[in-house]
Amino acid sequence: MQPLSIRDKILHSRLFLGTGKFGSARLMEDAVLASGTELVTVALKRVDLETQTDNLLAHLQHPHINLLPNTSGVRTANEAVFAAQLAREALETNWLKLEIHPDPRYLLPDPVETLKATEELAKLGFVVLPYIHADPVLCKRLEDAGTAAVMPLGAPIGTNKGLKTYDFLQIIIEQSKVPVIIDAGIGAPSDAAKAMEMGADAVLVNTAIAVAGNPVQMAAAFKLAVDAGRMAYEARLATAANHATASSPLTAFLHEEL
Amino acid sequence: MKNFKEVFDQYSWEEVTAAIATKTSLDVQQALAAPRRSLEDFMALISPAAAPYLEQMAQLSHAATRKRFGNTVQLFAPMYLSNECNNICTYCGFSFDNKIKRRTLNAAEILQEINEIKKHGFQHILLVTGEANQVVHVDYFLKAIALIRPHFANISIEVQPLDEDEYRQLQEAGIYSVLVYQETYHKDRYKEYHTKGKKSNFYYRLETPDRIGRAGMHKIGLGVLLGLEDWRADSFFCALHLDYLQKKYWQTRYAISFPRIRPAAGVESGKYTIRDRELVQLICAYRLFNEDVEISISTRETETFRNHVLKLGTTTISAGSKTNPGGYAVDPQSLEQFEVSDERSAAEMAAVIRASGYEPVWKDWDKNFKVPC
Repeated sequence: MQPLSIRDKILHSRLFLGTGKFGSARLMEDAVLASGTELVTVALKRVDLETQTDNLLAHLQHPHINLLPNTSGVRTANEAVFAAQLAREALETNWLKLEIHPDPRYLLPDPVETLKATEELAKLGFVVLPYIHADPVLCKRLEDAGTAAVMPLGAPIGTNKGLKTYDFLQIIIEQSKVPVIIDAGIGAPSDAAKAMEMGADAVLVNTAIAVAGNPVQMAAAFKLAVDAGRMAYEARLATAANHATASSPLTAFLHEEL
Repeated sequence: MKNFKEVFDQYSWEEVTAAIATKTSLDVQQALAAPRRSLEDFMALISPAAAPYLEQMAQLSHAATRKRFGNTVQLFAPMYLSNECNNICTYCGFSFDNKIKRRTLNAAEILQEINEIKKHGFQHILLVTGEANQVVHVDYFLKAIALIRPHFANISIEVQPLDEDEYRQLQEAGIYSVLVYQETYHKDRYKEYHTKGKKSNFYYRLETPDRIGRAGMHKIGLGVLLGLEDWRADSFFCALHLDYLQKKYWQTRYAISFPRIRPAAGVESGKYTIRDRELVQLICAYRLFNEDVEISISTRETETFRNHVLKLGTTTISAGSKTNPGGYAVDPQSLEQFEVSDERSAAEMAAVIRASGYEPVWKDWDKNFKVPC
């Protein structure tokens, strides 16, 4: 399988993990390891930046794991830029998962503020991965603003509803010059496989693993699904058809001229 | 859009009570089966007809809470800054006519309390006072917040209702959320319980969440004081309030608390008691009505009750609480607002949370998140 490259990083796993909602930090760590992921997102608000002994971070100290701090909780571009700078200083990374969802009910991303923040953060040297609606036009605008990737949603965050935005994701994947990471809504390994088969560069999963009966086993299942989906994409899927191909009564007369 | 008074005045207490009382099993079954639940469904779920469905409600509430909030429980500690109060609330230990020793913490005392609370690992704190505007006013809060903010990730307040610009000042000073309970939505009963002081103005209190919302606060906490009136009708009005606020102030988070009247000095227990079984029904009904509202359970409740409701919809829990100003370090013997039922320490509570398969979350905000002005 081809590795995924985003800016200066080469990632061998196309599965990214969220670290919230787990029953314990230890369980989160075990799931992260079982998933084979190399990129995990951490809510800045959950990390204790002042002590050196943050429980969440202590369980993510593995050489192959890259941290992707996120700005969950901010409501505006200004707040996001400020939080990003805190994250860069505290976690020593210029990678940032930009999340601006002022609506606390469905945590839907604010496209206006997200575009504004991306422009500013890109200028400040951040590698920005914004969480957005499956909006193809917004993706192109973010590319122009200097985004490192786009992270459109499959369904509202935490709903496990799968790829409800399928048609729009297809357009995004078709048009995008930057990696497309499908984030939010992926509820089952089959959803992840589907996303990878359609050509997504990676998927990000949290709730479906954290809240599963056995999060570690579910993480391993997602690893297999993402690998299978990617391999299938690279192998080029045979075209699906509704009917078996029969003779061609409508064009048979042309054969004479062959 | 209208303010809440206009919405509220369209309903009559008697009609709401009757509507709840006449809900049937069929209404409850339809509510349970609905993918999204309306206020009508909420009425069915808090009605006597829903009692036989309690286990099913609990299962659904448990699953919905895990899906939305994960296997986590947020911990916080209350910090009482003052027990001075000009109101006469016939159910409250701090009531003006209650002859107790009054105390408002000064800066040095606040720091002493902070120090003790921090030792237990808390990052989220709730500041509580009575209503004594001549001593405990916005300037006092701002000074207290300046002392407290460097030490905690997240600060909430539960104080007297304030004006919109006062809330805005508090928000800018670093307050994340404001809790204000209507106590009861029964207008006449409200007047009987709140005989004197600024609090006797029912509608000023009723419109307080609107003022908090307009001020741009991150979170608003609502609730009724269970035991003042019929809990079902009161809770319907609280859910109506929540529903109205959530549509109007869509960038704000919401939390519901379930204070049940506990024994306190000079207070008689009332006739509108809510039983454990009914409180569980109410908690689950809120969760089924609103999958993203935070549900907070205080140390008013007993160990056993808290151990179990942890899994039934709860997202937030206090522990090791002292409900008297200076209760942690300055003056542990002073008079409490209410008697704490669950006296377990923060560490003990965290262990119980872990043993239930949940992660105790100490920090879920950052004091630096707001852009400095």
